[in-house]
Formats: sequence, C-alpha cells, structure tokens
Amino acid sequence: MIEFHQVSKVFAGKEAIRNLSLKIEKGSFTVLIGTSGSGKSTTLKMINRLVEHDTGEIRFAGEAIETMDARALRRRIGYAIQSIGLFPHWNVAKNIGTVPSLLGWPQAKITQRVEELLALLNLDSHLATRMPHQLSGGQQQRVGVARALAADPELLLMDEPFGALDPVNRLALQHEMLRIQKMSGRTVVLVTHDIDEALTLADQLVLMDGGEIVQQGRPIDLLTQPVNGFAREFFGRSELGVRLLALGRAGSAARRGEWLDAEPIAESLTLREALSQFIARRTDKLPVIDQQQQPLGVLHFSDLLRQREAS
Amino acid sequence: MRLLRDPLYWLLAAFLLLLWGLPHSGPLFAHWFPQLERPLYQQESFWRLALAHLALVVSGSLLALLVGVGCAVFATRHAGRAFRPLLETVAAAGQTFPPVAVLAIAVPVMGFGATPAVMALFLYGLLPILQGTLAGLDSVPASNREIAVGLGMGPWRRLWQIELALAAPVIMAGVRTSVMINIGTATIASTVGAESLGSPVIIGLSGFNTAYVIQGALLVALLALICDRLLERVQRKLSGYAQ
Amino acid sequence: MLFRPRQQPVLLVLIALITLALFALPLLSFAANRLVSGLPLTLWQVTNSILLFIPLLWLWQSLWWPPRRIHAISVLLAAEVLLALLIWLAGQQATQLANSGSPLARTAFGSGLWCAAALALLLAAEAVRQITRSTPWRIVLNLQIWLLPLALLLSGHLDRLSLLKEYANRTAVFDAAFTQHLWLLGGTLLPTIIIGLPLGLAIARRPRWQNAAFSVLNLIQTVPSVALFGLLIAPLAGLVAHFPLLARWGISGIGIAPALIALVLYALLPLVRSVVAGLQQVPQEVRETARGMGMSAWQQFWHAELPLALPVWLSGLRVVVVQTVGLAVVAALIGAGGFGAIVFQGLLSSALDLVLLGVIPVVALAVIFDALLRLLSALLERRHD
Repeated sequence: MIEFHQVSKVFAGKEAIRNLSLKIEKGSFTVLIGTSGSGKSTTLKMINRLVEHDTGEIRFAGEAIETMDARALRRRIGYAIQSIGLFPHWNVAKNIGTVPSLLGWPQAKITQRVEELLALLNLDSHLATRMPHQLSGGQQQRVGVARALAADPELLLMDEPFGALDPVNRLALQHEMLRIQKMSGRTVVLVTHDIDEALTLADQLVLMDGGEIVQQGRPIDLLTQPVNGFAREFFGRSELGVRLLALGRAGSAARRGEWLDAEPIAESLTLREALSQFIARRTDKLPVIDQQQQPLGVLHFSDLLRQREAS
Repeated sequence: MRLLRDPLYWLLAAFLLLLWGLPHSGPLFAHWFPQLERPLYQQESFWRLALAHLALVVSGSLLALLVGVGCAVFATRHAGRAFRPLLETVAAAGQTFPPVAVLAIAVPVMGFGATPAVMALFLYGLLPILQGTLAGLDSVPASNREIAVGLGMGPWRRLWQIELALAAPVIMAGVRTSVMINIGTATIASTVGAESLGSPVIIGLSGFNTAYVIQGALLVALLALICDRLLERVQRKLSGYAQ
Repeated sequence: MLFRPRQQPVLLVLIALITLALFALPLLSFAANRLVSGLPLTLWQVTNSILLFIPLLWLWQSLWWPPRRIHAISVLLAAEVLLALLIWLAGQQATQLANSGSPLARTAFGSGLWCAAALALLLAAEAVRQITRSTPWRIVLNLQIWLLPLALLLSGHLDRLSLLKEYANRTAVFDAAFTQHLWLLGGTLLPTIIIGLPLGLAIARRPRWQNAAFSVLNLIQTVPSVALFGLLIAPLAGLVAHFPLLARWGISGIGIAPALIALVLYALLPLVRSVVAGLQQVPQEVRETARGMGMSAWQQFWHAELPLALPVWLSGLRVVVVQTVGLAVVAALIGAGGFGAIVFQGLLSSALDLVLLGVIPVVALAVIFDALLRLLSALLERRHD
C-alpha cells in the first residue's frame, strides 16, 4: 500500500531522514519505533505530506504522492496525534464529522456514521452533543480516533496517539485499536517510543535510529534475532523474556481438553499478563475461556517456557 | 423577570426615554438655568445626532475591522511573516498618539466634515483590532492547526472555520476597545465639522451654555455605557464554547 | 546572482514606498500668504534635492547585501540621513523663498515629505530591530534618530518654515500652553498615585472589593472624556456657588478644576489595575520564602514584593502618562488650557500650521514619556535577570 524508495529529508542543513526504503503492506499494523529524533514522526508525516520529502519517491496505492493533490490525499488518510487536537468550539459530533462534511456527505449519513463510531469506540451516544472540554482525556482520544476513522479511510496514521493518556486508558485504547484494526482489515501505521505498546500492537515492527531503518520485521524476529547491538540494547536485555511473553496469547498456549474450576482468564490475555495472574494467585494452572465465555482449556505455568517456537 | 434585572435593558430604556423626553424638557432646564436664553438644544433633533454618532462609529469601526483583521491574517501567514514586527511596531507606536491628534491631522488631508472624522476613527480604531487579531490567532492551539491540515482542510476553510473562529473572543476584545475609543473620539468630531452627540456639548462649552452641555453629555454617556454592555455580551457569547 | 531583495521583503516595500512618495507626491507646499492655499513643490522644484539621491541609492543597493548586523546599521544611518536631509532641504527652501519673495510667504512640508519621513522612521525601526535584540538599546537607537533634526531645529535653520513662523508669532502662547499642559499632567499624576497606589494595595488581596472597585472605575472609563468634563461643570459650579472659599482658591465650574478631577478619575483605572496585577503576579514562593526568613510584613513587601511588582507598576504608569497627555488636549475645550487650546483654535480658523503647532508637541511628549518609561522598565527588568 505504501512504498518508500530511497527517501531523504533535510531539516536546516541536517539530514533527518537518510535514504529510507520501506514497504508497508495493505491490511498490516505497522509500528515505527525508535528514540526521540530517530525520524519516525517525520517518516509518518511524509506519508500524508505534512512534511514534503526532498529526494526519492513515496507511493500510496501505487501512485506517487507528489503528483496527487495534497488535500485529496489527506482526506483519504485518517490522522490522529498525541495532543488529540479536538476543535474546542465544535461538539463531539461535529468534530467526528469533519472529514465527511469536507467530502460533502449528506447530514443524515454523517449523523449515522457518528453513531456507529461512538459505538465502535465504546463511547456513550449522548456524548455526541458534548463539547471537548467536558470529556476526560481517554474519551477525547477515543473521539480523536473516531474522527480519524470517520470517512472510512484506506489508511490510518497515528503519531504517538496514546502518549498523553494515563496507563489505564492507554492500555484500554491499545486493545481497542487492535480490535478495530482486526475487524476492519485497515492498514495502520503508528509511531511510538513505548516498546511494550509496539509489541502489543504491531504485526510489522520498524526500528529506526538517526533517520535510518535499523531493522524491520515481525516483533518476535526483532526480539529474538536483533541485527546489531543497538537493536539488542533497545529491546532491553533484562526485559527481553517478559517482552517475548507479551507476544503470545493465553488462548493459543492453553492445553485443550482440560478444565479447572477456578476463576478463568480471557483467551485474549497476553502470556505476560497471564504470568502476572499466576504469581498474584499463587497457582500454576489457570482456566482459559474464549470470547463467547465458553471453556477453552487450561494454561499451565510451565508452558510459558515453551513459547519461543509458537506464536 | 430576568429582563428586569438586566442593567443593559435599564440603560437602553433610560436612553430612549431621554431621547424622547429631552425635547419636551425645555421648561425644566429653563428653571435650572434661568440666565440662559436658550436652555434647550434645538438645532438638530437628538435622534438625528444619536444616529449620526452611531453612523460615524459604525463606519469607522467596520472599516477598521476589515483592514485590521485582513492585515493581521496576512502577517500570520507564511508569506507575510516578515511584516509582522513592522505591523506590531506601527500598532504600538500609533497608540501613543492621542486620538484627538489623529482627528486634527485628518483635516488638512481631507477637509472638514464626516469624511476626516471617519478616516480618523478608522485609522485609530485599526490598532487595537490589529493587536487583538494577532493575539487571537496566536492563541489557536498548534494541535488544532496540525489536525486541520492533516485532515485535509484547505487554507481558506482552515482560516475561517478554525483559526478565526477560535480567535474570535480575543478579536472581539480588540473590537470592543476600538469601538469604545471611537465613541469617545466621535464625541469631539464636531470640531472637524461632523455631527454627533458631542455637538451640543461642544457648542455649549464654547457658548457657556451649561444646559446644552448636560443634555449632550448625558446622552453620549448613556450611549457609551449601552455600547460597552452590548459588546461585552457579544464577547461573552463568543467565548461561550469554553464555559 | 541571488536576487537578494526577496530576502528582505519589508525593507524592499518600505524603500519602494519612500521612493514613490518622494517622486510622486509634492515635497513642499508654498503659499504666497496665509489666506491662499499652497502650491505643491515637487522633488525637482526644490533646490539641492539631488542630494536625496545619496541616501536613496544607498538604501536601494543595500537590498542586495545579506541580512547582517553591519548592513542593518548602514540602513539605519541612511534612513537617518534621509530624514535629516529632508528637513534640512525644507528649511533651506523656505529661507530661499522668503528671501526672494514676500515675508508673508508660507512654506510647509508637503504630503510627500510627511510620507517619506514616516516611512523613513519605520525603516529605521525595522533596521534597529535587526541590529539588536536588547530592548533598552532598541529604545535608545530609535530615539537618537531625532538628534540631527533636533539640532537643525535649534540652530534656527528651519525658522522660515510656516510652522516655525507660527511659533515665532505665538511664542508666549505656546510657552503658556506648554507649562499648562505639564501642570495638567503633573496635577493628574500626583493625586492618581496618592489615591491609586493605596487603593490598589488595599484591594489586591480582596477579590470582592476588586470587583466593586473595577466596576466603578470601568464605568468612568467608558464615558467619553468631553462628556465627563461636561457633566462635572454643573455640580462643580454649584459647589463653588455654595462654598465661596473654593472660588478664592481659583476653583470654578470650568477650567483646570473639573479637568483635573476628570483626568484623575480616568487615570485611576489603568493605575489601580496595574498595581493589583503587579502584586498578583508575584510568585507565591517568593512571599513564602520572605516570610520564612522571618521578615516582618513591611519588610516582606519592601524586599520581596515591591521589586517584582515594580515593572508592572511602571508599565501602568506609562499607560497613565500617555493617556493623560492625550486627554489633556480635550480638556482645552472646558478652558483648561494646554496644547489643546492651540489645536482647537487652529481647527476653528482652518489654520493647519496652528493645528500642527499644537499636535506635534503633544505627540512628542507622549512618545518621549512612553520611550523613557519603557527604557526604565527594561533596565529594571535587566537588573532582575
């Protein structure tokens, strides 16, 4: 869906992006990760031309973006940022309906779409008439995401969208994002500096440093086969094991056909969260239920050690 | 019943009452000022003077609004950025000039009458609006600007629906200052040949007719208070979304 | 070669406008006597006007230089020379015309000269902005532009200009107006500070009193000045009628008494507002530290709060001074004298020079006081950093 061919960008005499080549597949959840100044935000902003690239070519759905009208391009791409940026003088419904009304949708269609999106993001429908300052931080960012999705864009760009939220909201929204992406099969490109967030969300992970790509691939590949010292250090030597656990799900590691009478855990829980449960409940076996609340199997503590090959 | 407690409606009522009642108050002023030959200003009807006063202020301020907002918008765009310090210098320096001076200087350029008055009101009223618009546009959060571009809004739509809409309360504060100064300057506009509610005051002062002075002064003071209250209400309404 | 003028759009526009003003508009206007309206004299008709090309061409060529400080200084110098040259040429032409013609002839600045002079000042201000970022230096540099013109004025070179002839005819009136205007200013400042400072200090910690005080002061501020002057006449005259002692002190319904009362009332709002604002912006930690060090309430105020509040107070004083200088002009309408008397007399008799004779000193006073107080504020803030 998106292709970068040898793209460079110079800011005030310094090369912010150096000879970048990247391919983002349709329907994937790609996370750009790196330290501050690594160029990940700049790379993201080059896709919707908020930052114009200097050399090289960027293609969106096969077309070179330089030849496209910038405004039309941006209306096809959803955009959400850390500071959320809800327009304070418009209510929630009007904020969400920004791009649809730019595209000239009839009011009835916009209203219906707003209702759909509020439901999708687990927001109460009466919030539609509220003003942004009346919402909490978590609710505001959900509206921000709803706004980005309003015109059903082919691509969603997110620049550290959960960075300003408290940990509880951040986790909740990360899971929402995952659910929404899997449901719609939309292409998402997200920038973050939070490693755990990246590992939770990504099916393609791109590690950047100094304006260049250090390594890209599946999260498990970057964790288990780091290409250099920087990559190894980045994912944390002491945290490595726990992070690997975060890549697995209780549902896939549970032993089928067994059952236990105890409080069950959900199949969507990561193995890292399951580890927490094991330790907190001082047990080495936990029952697992699926999304329909039906018994799935039992997860054994010892199985946690055997997760490398799976997932 | 809220209407009864609203000071604006009382002021408006008092003003209209005076406008209607003053022409009939000849005997009252004759009693207060027995030494005056003509205790009641009758050269022009007070209605006409009030309307003339408002006409001067409205035309001067409207022009100032258009040009002031226009210049400030230009100075906050990429193309006009270089001119911003100059504009700010002009606005600050211009306000050290007394408004009277601008009025007086307009005469040799444009003669006597309403034209130099409107020109002076326009020039002097420009400055607070310029400052207000610059401050207002600056106060638009950067996140809103970024999102507006990122979602695909064009520059004119961004300017009108986002930037000016969010800057409106601060711009209104500048407009309010500008209009209030203009009301004051329009009061002395009769010294350059333009009619206003200040005419009876000035004629009264030069002719030692205190009755004229009081009649004019009461009306113009009420007019000023009413306009101030009205503009404050508009300002509060514009900031309403933040409540 | 890089087309550099595009890098300096402001300078380009200003220099282009100056050139336009000098060539398209009349530089001077000449009238055979007071009653006849002036004939325009263009650039070419003024002797030695060719000298203007020196600073003008220098300014044009400076557009091709990169924006560095040394070049900004040269632009500033060229603008100053241009201004001084314009004034000098005007004075010289006036002298020449007076010597060759009748002594009643009046030579005055034309629209071209006014525009070019104003634009040259803006050009200089822009150059000063590029030369330094320090506020005190900017103020000083902007003030020193007037040194040459002032020297020309004092040397008597400009005495044949109509404006100065007007001054020569009315020197006594002018001096009286000057003194009276200064009396009005001083007579306003003193009571304003005596009333306003304690008032501000008293209400700074009491929000409810603040609301009441500011409502009243705002009310006064809304009323146009000439209306307030007018409304004070009758009650004051009534008061004087009842208490003849006041009349013996020189107070009457019109004149300086109602003017001062009104001027003080107008000055109170900005002053009290700035006293309160100045105290409110003193950080809480500073107050607590002073208290923690065992200072008495008076010492806390003197050592901790006063120095930090002073810059804001000075800025309020500056607003009051500039406002009062302007309003005192209007006070002439109720017989308080001052430069306003000259201005309104000029308007009444359609004598432009008289109007200018009144307006220019008022503007000069306002600008000078504003600059000096800004300088003082900036120097004080410097000392704190």
